[in-house]
Amino acid sequence: MKQFILSSLAVIILIASAPVKSGYEIGDTVADFKLKNVDGNIVSLADWKDAKGFIIVFDCNTCPVSKKYNERIMALNKMYASRGFPVIAINPNSPEVSAGDSFDEMVKYARKKGYNFPYLYDPSQKVVSEFGATNTPHVFVLNKAGNEMKAAYIGAIDDNARDASEATNKYVEAAVNALLEGKAVLITKTRAIGCGIKWKNS
Amino acid sequence: MWIKARFCGFLSGEILRIYKCLNFSTFAARNYYENFSVRQNQPNLKKPIPLAPGVRCAFFPVLLLTSALSWGQGGELVKLDKLQQIIQDEKEQIQVINFWATWCAPCMKELPLFEKLTANRKDVRVLLVSMDMDMDPDVEKVRKFVVRKQIHSQVLILNERNPNQWIEKLDKNWSGALPATLVVNNKTGKRKFVEKELHEGDLEKLIAAVQ
Repeated sequence: MKQFILSSLAVIILIASAPVKSGYEIGDTVADFKLKNVDGNIVSLADWKDAKGFIIVFDCNTCPVSKKYNERIMALNKMYASRGFPVIAINPNSPEVSAGDSFDEMVKYARKKGYNFPYLYDPSQKVVSEFGATNTPHVFVLNKAGNEMKAAYIGAIDDNARDASEATNKYVEAAVNALLEGKAVLITKTRAIGCGIKWKNS
Repeated sequence: MWIKARFCGFLSGEILRIYKCLNFSTFAARNYYENFSVRQNQPNLKKPIPLAPGVRCAFFPVLLLTSALSWGQGGELVKLDKLQQIIQDEKEQIQVINFWATWCAPCMKELPLFEKLTANRKDVRVLLVSMDMDMDPDVEKVRKFVVRKQIHSQVLILNERNPNQWIEKLDKNWSGALPATLVVNNKTGKRKFVEKELHEGDLEKLIAAVQ
């Protein structure tokens, strides 16, 4: 009996401690979060009263693919923030594993690049785990339905990391444009070569 | 062009190594051989060989030639279907396929693990598949890197654009994040895929899992 209880306990612990790998799928309701911005303020989605949705970008200081997309992400915010879809960037990397992604380095990086959007720090990796982002840059376009924010597009910014001008499919733009026009998003999930998220204890 | 790169790397890397081996001590020469024989199936030389200077000179071109052969079969450009064919056609060895890029820092950290497999496991074939073309079309940069790092595992450079169309075809669990490693055993039909930086002992566990 004692053995049975112990082994059941072990199973429960194993199940409970298994990392949540799935994350959000298209149509899932996204839970709000509270994370520290590079300006020191705590930010949540609820702060944007008039938002029709969001362009959430998991992004970091250190990934060469992210660097290729810095300008494109700023352009997305410029294009869509005023139309109800602001960009929010979240750095998912553990600063314990990637020293270049510490809060101080994020502050410096955002200043140097002149980020025109919040750049949030997620050192516990709770938010990135909930979203299920896998790499940087990894985008989640959210769309407001009633009082809820729902995932409408998950994936890459476009199909050409090398050169923005050669991109033939601008996935995020297409998704947000469709949402603004009240149409269905045609391509809802994409994959791209990126930098794996630096998980702690991995 | 890449022959030139290969030759230059050769001069800088191998000659220096051979020079050290032949000139400084016979012990070093023996070490070189032992190191080398793992890759070339040559018998290990158990005892130091006292080499006369003339013999040392004679050894030089031999070593130069053999080390050229041992250097990684570096940097063939392949399309997706060719890569899939290569993976499918291997019926004898377990394949360890690592997706990497020269710009990927964790890939660099785990690279010695793959090199160690290439040197020590005859039942395993390592393929290092570079994803560099996605961000930079400079093939030479990758080939020079292979020479500079003296990579002995087989290196292929995937020559594809539009990653959304092919990432899933390599493994349905791959998001596209680097580094990622696929272990395939065509004999048992088992495969394992991991999307993270590997550490000492991880590869051995993955290989055991497909046996």
